[in-house]
Amino acid sequence: MSIYSMWGALEIGLIFGLVALGVLISFRVLNFPDLTVDGSFPLGGATAAILIHHGMDPFMATGAATLAAGFAGMVTGWLNVRLKIMDLLASILMMIALYSINLRVMDAPNVPLITDPTVFTVLQPPGIEDYVARPLILLALVVVAKLLLDWFFATQVGLAMRSTGSNPRMARAQGIRTDNMVLLGMAISNALVGLGGALFAQSQGGADISMGIGTIVIGLAAVIIGESILPSRRLMLATLAVVIGAVLYRFFIALALNADFVGLKAQDLNLVTAVLVTVALVIPLAKQRLRKKRA
Amino acid sequence: MLSAQNLHLTFNPGTPIETQALRGMSLDIPAGQFVTVIGSNGAGKSTFLNAISGEQGVDSGAVLIDGEDVTRQPVWDRARKVARVFQDPMAGTCENLTIEENMSLALGRGQFRSLRQAVREEMRVLFRERLAMLGLGLENRLTDRIGLLSGGQRQAVSLLMAALRPSRILLLDEHTAALDPRTAQFVLDLTARIVAEHGLTTMMVTHSMRQALDVGDRTVMLHQGRVVLDVSGDTRRGLEVPDLLAMFEKVRGEELADDTLLLG
Repeated sequence: MSIYSMWGALEIGLIFGLVALGVLISFRVLNFPDLTVDGSFPLGGATAAILIHHGMDPFMATGAATLAAGFAGMVTGWLNVRLKIMDLLASILMMIALYSINLRVMDAPNVPLITDPTVFTVLQPPGIEDYVARPLILLALVVVAKLLLDWFFATQVGLAMRSTGSNPRMARAQGIRTDNMVLLGMAISNALVGLGGALFAQSQGGADISMGIGTIVIGLAAVIIGESILPSRRLMLATLAVVIGAVLYRFFIALALNADFVGLKAQDLNLVTAVLVTVALVIPLAKQRLRKKRA
Repeated sequence: MLSAQNLHLTFNPGTPIETQALRGMSLDIPAGQFVTVIGSNGAGKSTFLNAISGEQGVDSGAVLIDGEDVTRQPVWDRARKVARVFQDPMAGTCENLTIEENMSLALGRGQFRSLRQAVREEMRVLFRERLAMLGLGLENRLTDRIGLLSGGQRQAVSLLMAALRPSRILLLDEHTAALDPRTAQFVLDLTARIVAEHGLTTMMVTHSMRQALDVGDRTVMLHQGRVVLDVSGDTRRGLEVPDLLAMFEKVRGEELADDTLLLG
């Protein structure tokens, strides 16, 4: 594998690290299976791309994209808590709706960003190759995002959100408005995913209507791989674990696709993902069996 | 103080499984009183408790806590005034949160939740102090996940949690029913201690006539969705289970046929 592919894997891995943090919040903290991300990831990408294309400053565009995706997540939450639609179904409805919405946002199946300024071109330090600078910038961002989340979940509101996912009946008995907690959590979760989408579009040269397909799978793969590498109930370690999981996932994919002797091609990506996640799920079981044999 | 006024509630009205759970349920509990509530299955005990806590709405009637009509208020709005311990030890705490996190949640019951740190050092001092009272060594395990504790331990912690913040009414929902006899007695003694120490107005639903008479100031018996017996003071002192049974038969003109009530 070339050094270029390695940095590329790190770059995309870190972007998916943001997605993984978002999926961690909805899936693990709120116990809300959320497929909205397949729509909010491209919403972030589409919003950022179209705004940049029309001349907006890339940072503002990225911010707007994040807010838009967060709002989409809130709508999913609203469908669930106000209209009493089952969580998974609500997220699927939103995902489907977003497909059309994203096409509307882009007014086309894709929006290229070739010569336009991006957050990366603006932040590009002289003397470092761009394919090295991008992952480093992303690393800084992901670290900040992770630390912010760790801080948030240690606050009273964050704890209230965690209890909403863990035991909503008890949470309500403690005076917590679980409905609002779901809305807030879904907003934050999808905002992170949308941010990932916006950065993905800017690093990959554009937004595309199909860029979101399978986002939930990638997010879950990252969470599961992370949890099997670094099992811990402590949220601070879980946030670290899922980011590591996302990066590792991309590395494995890159390795698999670059390994000529196996003959894998881009269309085998989903199969490779499925195999990887299965292996990751089996690792804790295998560890247990090994321990029992030794004992 | 609590006032339930003529509560009516029917489940599945107009269908073959229609059940009149509450039929004019009325009960006034003055501040500081400890009331035990008994009744056979289907008498409406849990429904009544849920109507007070807000988990269950009523068709008609009113629930007043300290003079405030809370009948239409959702659970989270009533939480400021209502403390509750559930029957299922797993239902009263968040399994994957630590002991101190659970207690921090309870300390903030009904309060505005801010972006301040949830578990602060001065809180830990309070938590350790209260946990030490249990004599279970839990004060040294603040950062353990509460899911590691046994049912009895979790129930004891739930009780402590209910008393961390002042309440207008403490609802105990058959909270020893899921425990073995020895642990149940431990939790019951703890209950009496905590209620006395904090002067809490308490309503304890129990399945056991023995328990109902041993603890508290007043015993109320429910049957078919309303109060049929209400004993306190001198009449109650020295009452035995057979006496309670006789009173029931006199009022209802029928024998009480629920084994669990008698054997519990």
